[in-house]
Amino acid sequence: MSEALRQNKYLQFALLLVVFVLLCMLITPTESNWFWRLPPLIQQLPFIINDSVDYLMFEWWPIEVYDPEIEDYEEKPLVREITRSTSGLILFMIEFVREILLGGVKTIVTFMGWDWATENKWARWPALPWTVVAGGAAILGYALGGWRLSLFVGATFVYIAVFGQWEPSMETLSFVLVAAPAAVLLGLLFGVWAFRNRTVEAILNPILNIMQIVPHFSYLIPVMVFFGIGDHAGAIATIIFATPPMVRLTLLGLKQVPPEVGEAGLMSGCNSWQLLVRVLLPTARRDILIGVNQVIMSCLAMVVIASLIGAKGLGNDLLIALNRLRIGLALEIGVCIVLIAIMLDRLSLAWANKQTDYFADLSFVQRNKYSLMFGGVFVAGIVLAWIGSFIFREGFNYLYLIPHNKGITTENFWQAGVDWIWDTFFYTLKGFNEWLIVEVLVPVKTAYLAMPVAATFVLAMGIGFIIGGIRSALIIGGLLLFIALTEWWDRALITAYLVTVSVVISTFLGVVVGTICAQHPVSSRFILTVCDTFQTFPSFIYLIPVMMLFGVTDTSVLIAIVIYATVPATRYTVEGLLSVPPSLHEAGSMSGVNRLQRWLFIELPMSFPHMALGVNQTVVFALSMVIIGAMIGTDDLGQLILGALSEKNGVGNGLTLGICVAFIGLAIDQVLRTWANQRKSQLGLA
Amino acid sequence: MVALGTGGYNQNNDMTAEAEITTAQQPVIRCESVYKIFGDNAESMLEEADGVVDADKFHQAGCIVGVNDASFEVHQGELLIIMGLSGSGKSTLLRCISRLTDATAGKIFIEGDDILQMNSKQLIELRRSKMGMVFQSFALLPHKTVLENIAFPLQVKGVSTRDSIQRAKEMVDLVSLSGRENYFPRQLSGGQQQRVGIARSLAIEPDIWFLDEPFSALDPLIRKEMQDEFLRLQDVLGKTILFVTHDFDEALRLADRIAIMKDGVIEQLDTPANIVLNPATEYVRKFTEEVPREKVLKIKSVMDPFDPAEDFSDFRVPQDAIIETVAESVLNAGKPVRVVDDAGEVVGALHASHIVHVLFGGHADHAAEKSS
Ligand SMILES: Nc1ncnc2c1ncn2[C@@H]1O[C@H](COP(=O)(O)OP(=O)(O)O)[C@@H](O)[C@H]1O
Ligand SMILES: [Mg+2]
Repeated sequence: MSEALRQNKYLQFALLLVVFVLLCMLITPTESNWFWRLPPLIQQLPFIINDSVDYLMFEWWPIEVYDPEIEDYEEKPLVREITRSTSGLILFMIEFVREILLGGVKTIVTFMGWDWATENKWARWPALPWTVVAGGAAILGYALGGWRLSLFVGATFVYIAVFGQWEPSMETLSFVLVAAPAAVLLGLLFGVWAFRNRTVEAILNPILNIMQIVPHFSYLIPVMVFFGIGDHAGAIATIIFATPPMVRLTLLGLKQVPPEVGEAGLMSGCNSWQLLVRVLLPTARRDILIGVNQVIMSCLAMVVIASLIGAKGLGNDLLIALNRLRIGLALEIGVCIVLIAIMLDRLSLAWANKQTDYFADLSFVQRNKYSLMFGGVFVAGIVLAWIGSFIFREGFNYLYLIPHNKGITTENFWQAGVDWIWDTFFYTLKGFNEWLIVEVLVPVKTAYLAMPVAATFVLAMGIGFIIGGIRSALIIGGLLLFIALTEWWDRALITAYLVTVSVVISTFLGVVVGTICAQHPVSSRFILTVCDTFQTFPSFIYLIPVMMLFGVTDTSVLIAIVIYATVPATRYTVEGLLSVPPSLHEAGSMSGVNRLQRWLFIELPMSFPHMALGVNQTVVFALSMVIIGAMIGTDDLGQLILGALSEKNGVGNGLTLGICVAFIGLAIDQVLRTWANQRKSQLGLA
Repeated sequence: MVALGTGGYNQNNDMTAEAEITTAQQPVIRCESVYKIFGDNAESMLEEADGVVDADKFHQAGCIVGVNDASFEVHQGELLIIMGLSGSGKSTLLRCISRLTDATAGKIFIEGDDILQMNSKQLIELRRSKMGMVFQSFALLPHKTVLENIAFPLQVKGVSTRDSIQRAKEMVDLVSLSGRENYFPRQLSGGQQQRVGIARSLAIEPDIWFLDEPFSALDPLIRKEMQDEFLRLQDVLGKTILFVTHDFDEALRLADRIAIMKDGVIEQLDTPANIVLNPATEYVRKFTEEVPREKVLKIKSVMDPFDPAEDFSDFRVPQDAIIETVAESVLNAGKPVRVVDDAGEVVGALHASHIVHVLFGGHADHAAEKSS
């Protein structure tokens, strides 16, 4: 018996399940029963965090700083000085870009001081007319990528202007134009450092692993603590979120450069800087460009999240529009964000692939044609704006700046659509909604909440033990123990329930759709493109259409999570199935199996490990949607985090809550990744 | 066939002449007991071994022997071919001499300077002015066009864009790639890519030219064509060359001298003829067994002393010609022919019997004896 148990994992799982059910039935749900709920022993943790953060920020390591106001040295805490100067620098850069686009006075103030600026009212940086920005961007597109890019870029700006989103879009753009390059540079820096130094790589690797699982909103609280609130804080949170994949891909790309190419560089007489910048990095360009693309996408995915800690722009507007249920407006803003994302991605790609022509014997005009074109656009735009000031004598000069929400809008159309859907399908939707909530969601939620803590531990650690041995079991136990000792175990269970339900549905959908599409090369390529496109969209975009149908309910959140999280499940299924070596198909055909058998017994098992990684991604995606759900009113950890953001002393709570969410992700990751790696090496895929 | 032979002959001719003048001078490359051993504790193990390295013993200790006690010299304008099976340490030896890897022990002199003592600045200077290398996998920069790839060594040196591109254009013509200047490497065939690699390695006009199996990745036909091209270039340029290959035919076509390596050890370093005729070790003998002699031996090695009394045909052969290239003409001449040196002086006589001996080996002896 015990021998059989050791051999057979199914038997082990069955036994585990029996123990779990028994525990659930035997343990009585009373407050004082430790098997039911652990006492919140680390309830004090948030306060300790608050105090230590205070100490760190305001007392630890004082340094002498010269203060020009009082013309003397003053004692100031080191950490605060560092974070302050970082914030100042980033804020200055964002304001600088922003004022080039929108005009303003802050850059001048930075150099001349407030007094001077108030005295000299004329010293303002005027906004560029939107026509000049759009034209200039189109010229840039043409210079980098030809007519098609130019048209796309121009059209994007025209859309933004015409739909009255100019100001918030330029605010967002200035934010991204600082955050994205910073993340790319940091990523390159760390990637190169890890490439050069084994120790650094060994240290960075686990950190990167964790950072890629931790949902993006977890960074908000610490950033808010150290850097305060505002555009710079949003930018810093964004940079922290966007950098890890860039580091990863830089390192990966550099490692894949054939050694002979590096040697060729050395033999060409490169010094180590030239070797890096002119040989290794350009040769690793493919992966690095994927990294840049991911950075840009992450930046725009953070636009809404960052607005929670004070970043201005489209994200903020989108949040407001969603809160007021103005679906049409939300849609228009969403389109702006997506267009900006795609535009920046294409521009950076075109820039990286640009080619010089050494043959043409160019005249002055030809050599400077882009500058000249821009000069032309600049003058023409100003003239237009000037003419505009005569046409639009009263109200707004549409040829200069189109004020916020004063452009054309399709909102009424969408609202009518929403109304029509509501009128027509009211009972269907309501029925479905109620059915889902009453029959599915509430029972599952109740079941989760009815689990005694001891049973949960046995189940989770047992799974960890069966799959990854004692090490996995201990890791999972440790992660869960932390959550169980806070006072938010119940909330965490609700988060877990939302994530589980959506992951199960997403995985099912993803595997089905992926399998069907993987049957033919054309449909595989099609579905992979669709996945690419969907991954371009920031997560909250999915809320817009769903809220159109289901309003502010758990159903909306669930469906939004499911749509968002189905993308990685589908992608990994297709990739997994496609990676099954053709020789195996043939071997299968030779031994006379039919298509279904082949799928069941050959392809599916072979691609399971890869799919497991897809499920892992799905979990990460789902967890990162938790806060989005909270914005429209779920009652789990996300909602508390949202609350912590606006409390004065929310740091400790927020941080602890963030850690809880991250730990749920890490525990699931531990199981899935261990299993996938095991299977892979068993199947000889690794 | 004849045309090719002539090419080879000319080149050999020049080279020997030059080599003779410069032997008195210091060698361009000199290696003294060079060892390269991969592994963490390679250095301490080497010290203990006291110069006698047993590859198997080292392997058990977790070290891999790349180069084992290599000592030799290469002179100005000489083409030394390094031969051996895959994994015998050819590339490693080349990498030691170009200091792409640091030799574990030994001394390596380039024109009298010990490169192992050079700091990185001196090393970069040396590579920028004196060395060029061609790689088996071409190792072109994928993001640069043909022209930019070739101009690259000049640009890292600080030559202006205009001048470097100008020079690169000349190189493009030299390797017959005109019209493809703006192609990217991925748009070129293997042979064309290697032409770019060759042009790049020659852009700075190096004195020493390293080629690591430059033609091994190419189809046989293209390889032949590239070898011809290489001979043509060397004829013009007269560089000091270290050329790695595992193809004996290639070695014979190109070499002044050949070094045969096995497990990191240079088993024999000698002229092609000597390697074939007097193999130093059993390994070399086996290695050269199948090689057709007429492809290796020069007329010089089979000629007799000149005896004016004999009846000669009007046909004359140069003493450095490879037998294969002139065999047919000599056999058709019907009478012994005169052998001449570079200056046209008669230095010996060649009898058809010797050619037949070389061509058909020992078992033809009898017949050959009769006919003379
Ligand atoms: N970087 C390295 N680390 C460890 N072993 C190496 C390394 N480079 C080469 N070797 C080993 O040194 C030996 C000689 O390799 P190499 O010089 O590349 O052979 P060849 O060029 O003659 O095919 C081989 O056994 C190879 O495995
Ligand atoms: Mg090699």
